[in-house]
Amino acid sequence: MAKTYEKPEALSDQVTHYCPGCTHGIIHRLVAEVIDELGIRGRTVGIAPVGCAVLAYNYFTFDFQEAAHGRAPAMATGIKRVRPDLIVFTYQGDGDLASIGMGEIIHAANRGEKFTTIFVNNTVYGMTGGQMAPTTLPGQRTTTSPRGRDVEDVGMPIKVAELISCLQTPAYITRQTVLKPKYIVRAKKSIKQAFQYQLEGRCFSLVEFVSTCPTNWGMTPVESIQWAEENMLPYYQLGEFKTPE
Amino acid sequence: MGKILMKGNEAIGEAAIRAGCLNYFAYPITPQSEVAEYLSRRMPEVGGVFLQGESEVAVGYMLFGAAGCGARVFTTSSSPGISLMSEAISYTSSAELPVVYVNIVRGGPGLGGILPSQADYFQATKGGGHGDYRLLVMAPASVQEAVDMVMMAFPLAEKYRNPVMILGDGLIGQMMEPVEFSDRLKSEPSNKDDWATNGMDTRKSKKRNLVKSLFLDAQLLEEHNLVLKAKYDRMKQEEVRYEPYNTDSDYCALIVSYGTMSRVCKTAIDNMKAQGVEVAMIRPQTLFPFPIHPIREAASKKGCKAVVTFELSMGQMVEDVERSVQGKRPVYWHGKAGGEIPTPEEVIDTVQSFVKK
Repeated sequence: MAKTYEKPEALSDQVTHYCPGCTHGIIHRLVAEVIDELGIRGRTVGIAPVGCAVLAYNYFTFDFQEAAHGRAPAMATGIKRVRPDLIVFTYQGDGDLASIGMGEIIHAANRGEKFTTIFVNNTVYGMTGGQMAPTTLPGQRTTTSPRGRDVEDVGMPIKVAELISCLQTPAYITRQTVLKPKYIVRAKKSIKQAFQYQLEGRCFSLVEFVSTCPTNWGMTPVESIQWAEENMLPYYQLGEFKTPE
Repeated sequence: MGKILMKGNEAIGEAAIRAGCLNYFAYPITPQSEVAEYLSRRMPEVGGVFLQGESEVAVGYMLFGAAGCGARVFTTSSSPGISLMSEAISYTSSAELPVVYVNIVRGGPGLGGILPSQADYFQATKGGGHGDYRLLVMAPASVQEAVDMVMMAFPLAEKYRNPVMILGDGLIGQMMEPVEFSDRLKSEPSNKDDWATNGMDTRKSKKRNLVKSLFLDAQLLEEHNLVLKAKYDRMKQEEVRYEPYNTDSDYCALIVSYGTMSRVCKTAIDNMKAQGVEVAMIRPQTLFPFPIHPIREAASKKGCKAVVTFELSMGQMVEDVERSVQGKRPVYWHGKAGGEIPTPEEVIDTVQSFVKK
């Protein structure tokens, strides 16, 4: 009998360290499928962030560099400038990209560096125990906003995809999610599109993901998906914010 | 090729190209911005990469990424910029990447000033960033030596897979001197297929490479630190460089000084010799590894009454000199940190006052 579904070659056999209900696993798989389909595993370099996905390289079977907190876009710049033939992507969370690494992502995007960023937004610092992030929703309780995010005190959450799409240079900016199967199909298309644009030598591309953190949200996986749909999707709207002209 | 007159900063940029380094990332800062200006012109001419980053923080990681995929790469900066890069230098050291940094030191702390200084000695030789790491640190005393050290820095960085820093005071970058460039280095970064993320397709072995610095397991982190320590110990055995001056004489005092300051000391030693007073000098050319044994031996010579360290700081290298001399002779310090350089007369008066003590 013919196999109709199997593990991508770009994905390893490593047992996951991600929590039950975490969406990193699905996003990893989609990236791996795209890399297989484009046949670029042998010339791809991934960059892992600081945060839950610091160990992302354990799940992939191609070259990887591990970044300092927020610096992945600078490293991707260095790689892509000296080796334009390599396919480079950064994989970053919201604390990493939208807080400590905001300078690096904005400037890499604005220079039009020819790499792809996979940006996973689950509104909290996962690895350090659920602290408030720049993307935490108004009123959302975290370990450092125990009474809920007070926007009078710390401002409104940052919409990264919209922010970066204000820049003229980037090629492709989109926000997707993998909360339900219908979203997953669309999300994979976006990842593939981003990598294809890179293969065509187009400028910077970013795919943001509305994601969950059941552990730090104190919810079951099912509850966290429901919470994300009801609370995150109205604020972090899905769609393409910038496409090549 | 004969000698040409060149400003130190431009000569450093040209030397890197001659050393086969065609990748340069940097952020402007006085007193070394001429390197970036020079290379923004030169790199495109030689098919190289020039990129002005958005900050020294980012530049530090552009270097990391580029070196991590096996490219020969360098930057130049000055003190506050090196402070910002120090996070990346720690990561780069742990990931064992051969990056060359040139620090044209200015006065500190804080914004300090833009005049020559040697006040980054501790930062360069004792860390700067976090964790147990060492840079191989070389200190030129002339534009020609800066050129020679830049040429040496890349093969050394690749030999040890460790960052190398060239610590030049502001004068080295700003003054013009005649320089001669040796032939282009033909060598390539070696063994990079064993560790660099240069794409699996380019390698014989289809094993993927990982460039990282995280070791969550205590045993693995211990082993990693022992690997690093073994490299630093090997540097101490193989890479100590220094210049002895007038050490064949029956000197009454030994000077330890490096960089621009050592040139003033040489003039002072010559002037004292003309008056019948013999003073010797050890000039460290590597600050890490430090010439511990040559200094101890020279200090221990019969008739040597005092060891005097001259440096453009409030007393940093003097701690390594004390460590070298191990109490066999009294060790004194004299220096300035505002940007002025002690005169030969000041050096002579200082040495004579300490010898009389």
